[in-house]
Amino acid sequence: MLCTAGTPKMAGMKKFINDPDDVVREALAGMAAAHPELRVDLDEQIIVRADAPRPGKVGLVSGGGSGHEPLHGGFVGPGMLDAACPGEIFTSPVPDQILAATRAVDGGAGVVHIVKNYTGDVMNFELAAEDAETTVESVLVDDDVAVDGSTWTAGRRGTGATLLVEKIAGALAEEGAPLAAVAAVARDVNERSASFAIALTSGTTPAAGKPGFDLPEDEIEVGVGIHGEPGRAREKLRPARDLAARIVEPILAAKPLESGSRVIVLVNGLGGTPLLELYVMFNDISRLLADAGVQVARSLVGNYVTSLDMAGISLTVCRVDDELLRLWDAPVRTAGLRWGA
Amino acid sequence: MDADLARAWVAAVAASVTAHAAELTDLDAAIGDGDHGVNLRRGFDAAVAALAGFEADTAGAVLTKTGTTLVSKVGGASGPLYGSLFRALGKSLPAEVDAVAFGDGLRAGLDAIVRLGKAVPGDKTMVDALTPAVDAYAAAAPAGFAAAARAASAAAGEGAAATTPLQARKGRASYLGERSAGHQDPGATSTALIFAALAAVSDA
Repeated sequence: MLCTAGTPKMAGMKKFINDPDDVVREALAGMAAAHPELRVDLDEQIIVRADAPRPGKVGLVSGGGSGHEPLHGGFVGPGMLDAACPGEIFTSPVPDQILAATRAVDGGAGVVHIVKNYTGDVMNFELAAEDAETTVESVLVDDDVAVDGSTWTAGRRGTGATLLVEKIAGALAEEGAPLAAVAAVARDVNERSASFAIALTSGTTPAAGKPGFDLPEDEIEVGVGIHGEPGRAREKLRPARDLAARIVEPILAAKPLESGSRVIVLVNGLGGTPLLELYVMFNDISRLLADAGVQVARSLVGNYVTSLDMAGISLTVCRVDDELLRLWDAPVRTAGLRWGA
Repeated sequence: MDADLARAWVAAVAASVTAHAAELTDLDAAIGDGDHGVNLRRGFDAAVAALAGFEADTAGAVLTKTGTTLVSKVGGASGPLYGSLFRALGKSLPAEVDAVAFGDGLRAGLDAIVRLGKAVPGDKTMVDALTPAVDAYAAAAPAGFAAAARAASAAAGEGAAATTPLQARKGRASYLGERSAGHQDPGATSTALIFAALAAVSDA
């Protein structure tokens, strides 16, 4: 229903919601109803794969603010995450949730926390890890090269590479690899990845009821994150091929690729961009990568790490070897990513 | 400060962040993700609800419970940070709290926030309001609790206003680089509200 009655703050916002305060819990209930193969605990606010904990298997837990779907709840299942803890919209989960998820997936082999590098996420996961009864390895994802990684900022943000980290580490954990190896491959994927994003419009959080920022018709935000915040700079809108170059350049500058390098490419929509446009961009991006001598070994195009209804795109490039490709190709069966199984 | 005054303070903070939720959200939307007002309202409402069913004889117990509730209900960065502030303050208070002991407690709260968030003055964070507030409170504590709370409130307000020209070096606003300058920090602003609430209840 269009929800405006009685709450002036929602005037002008058109969303399929009942009450802004209930969005996250009602979406979780919807996931539970749609995916009986998942165990959704509405009290603890966690999503767990049905067969967890699996004895002897390293547990993989991730989480973060809601509004990035299918990340992370849509990536829970065989071959990927064991549990996800969704926080409020764009707000990290609380330690209690993370701890509940950690306990739910602890099969005696330890648990990996995959944490996107944001101040709040880092703190809440740290507090939970301190209280966990099992050995926890925390892996920080910080692939967004729009942000200067120096000590003058909170560090690079975790964005699109999170999907690659969760898929590849999930595959290795599924094979029964020990905790240190799963954490190591997760860190390796993050280290090999770089991402950059451009937004055409801001997203609208249900609680705020209006766009996070206003953009004139002919302007874009360059170097945005996934929380509706403005980017590093505001620039003029231009043809897709020029924007593809604007995205590819900082990625190749930050993580140079030798000619002949093989990569996984994720062209990711931020929630409000049609797949048609994502493929237009993929066409231009793949041509630019080919010009740079980079070989696209695998590609994924779609809305995977989103920022509510933001129109925009992010590119993630991850340099791979045979082993990482094997793990990428391994079977996965989740609500948001599914192949070979 | 006794248990009743501590409860009154937390209730006053809850009322204040509710009244200022839109303002905090707008400040946060400019340089962050626009949820600071909503998150604090949820957290302090939860704290008030938790305290309603909580038996406590001391201000320390009330404030510790407030901090624990904030950590477990708010999320984001502000949950652990404000939660740690109230928890450290509460845990450091003796059974009988005079003006000076409360100032020592505030100092412990500041230390806890700095330890967890690793921000220093000038980073454009809540520390920019909290540090001058704690200093001003300590300086005025010999004149009594109400006078010290008023001094802390004034200093927090000035500290928050002084964040406007700064470029953020911590938190989400730091991603904007120099574009973060020209906006008052939402965290410093909510810290000022917390001390304004303290001054208001201490005068009552």
